[in-house]
Amino acid sequence: MTTTVQGFVRADGRKGIRNILVVAYLVECAHHVARQIVAPFADQSVHLIGFPGCYPSAYAHRVLQNVCTHPNVGAVLVVALGCESFDRAGLAEAIADSGRPVATLVIQEEGGTSATVAAGRRWIAQTLPELDRVGRAEMELHELIVGTICGGSDATSGLTANPVCGRVFDMLVARGATCIFEETGELIGCEQHMASRAVTPELARLLIDSVEKAARYYTVLGHASFAPGNAEGGLSTIEEKSLGAYCKSGTAPISGLLKPGDIPSGGGLYLLDVVPDGPVRFGFPNIADNAEIVELISCGCHLILFTTGRGSVVGSAVAPVIKVCANPETYQRLADDMDVNAGRVLQGEATLDEVAAELFELVLAVAAGKQTASERLGHQEFLLGYKFFEPTPAVGAAGRCAVFAPPA
Amino acid sequence: MTEKPDANAVLNDRRLLLLSPRDNVAAARQTIAAGERILIAGQLVTVAQDIPSGHKVAVRPIAAGEKIIKYGAPIGSATRDIAPGQYVHTHNIKSDYLPTYTQRGPV
Repeated sequence: MTTTVQGFVRADGRKGIRNILVVAYLVECAHHVARQIVAPFADQSVHLIGFPGCYPSAYAHRVLQNVCTHPNVGAVLVVALGCESFDRAGLAEAIADSGRPVATLVIQEEGGTSATVAAGRRWIAQTLPELDRVGRAEMELHELIVGTICGGSDATSGLTANPVCGRVFDMLVARGATCIFEETGELIGCEQHMASRAVTPELARLLIDSVEKAARYYTVLGHASFAPGNAEGGLSTIEEKSLGAYCKSGTAPISGLLKPGDIPSGGGLYLLDVVPDGPVRFGFPNIADNAEIVELISCGCHLILFTTGRGSVVGSAVAPVIKVCANPETYQRLADDMDVNAGRVLQGEATLDEVAAELFELVLAVAAGKQTASERLGHQEFLLGYKFFEPTPAVGAAGRCAVFAPPA
Repeated sequence: MTEKPDANAVLNDRRLLLLSPRDNVAAARQTIAAGERILIAGQLVTVAQDIPSGHKVAVRPIAAGEKIIKYGAPIGSATRDIAPGQYVHTHNIKSDYLPTYTQRGPV
């Protein structure tokens, strides 16, 4: 790295780029109490995450557990109402096994709202000094996992910000980092080209299957992953949006297909399949961009490259989000929310390679602790809903994630 | 009949961006107002309606049913004949997979 990154070393050996205490509510009924617990610590890297549903979900458990044991997270306070389905003991055990301080507050046992809020705030005040003592060690690029997503896309996204992101992905992968792109519903029309980049024929087949599954899913729902703003921004069809979005993946070979919660290791480029398996149930696969960001974080992403044309302002809990603005007119209006102005390419003021070099340096700086625009503005969105996934086919490799290329 | 548009002529109009030589549409780098003239395959064409920044213009004749090519790949099919210089969007092309939604419903 040209910038030295001092990672936060966790007991499980993974390294983070932030040192966050998360408060996790396990049902919407505990959301307000958890939010009240966090309120006084807004400026102290205490983030609120959670799951609203009362019914059980293996998917939600896996994602929330992975976020709670993410390398950017140093301690966890679990807040339950008491009667919800979420296996709070199993969650707390997994967090404790990862070597992180963890406490569970059950509102029905603590004595209600005020008592739980007071107990939660006491625990955080006690635990923050412990977090400050976490060890630091140099972090190499091959230890970094970077995800990408586009949101609020318009026709400039695929001309500037997405190709810039693709170039940065190529630079990262070439240096041993792990990169993840996603949203198979926004790859409809790109499946054959994507298959041609797969490292094995079996993976090529799986990549095509994953996009065909997304097309089937959206056909049943009667709606593509396409917002009215996309059309106003000049995107006429899902295929056009897809081709623009696909540029984010760069040109590296595709090493594997992940499902939410699969954490790749050993570097390379991966596709995250975010569309559920089996018959259509629980509604739209991702009701908004932050649901996909949470899934990327559950796969170990330390930071997220977010490209936008129309102008999204979101950030995320747990992982910094770098906002790359594709449209120069949007940048004029929303500059305070943006980290990189890729729209300069359209105006002939910079080349794709120049903006990519700028973004690459920013990735290193953010990994080293520099605040992104959304972090500075206090964005900590978190969205987790219901889905169902079959276990990831472990074709050609050990472990749950479909890794096809052996680590270099 | 020529297979390919004259890519150089299109690229000579700095307001247009042809992403692949195979493409039959180009993207507008900036908003082109109705009445302005653009250079398409060596011919000056007067634009009939505003083409907002990032939106598409036909760079050669496209027949109804023909594939629309951008990034060198199909992004849908023409629903009517489109002449060079015409604005290309949801009013004259459609997805080959799923309908496109606006705030007023599918188009």
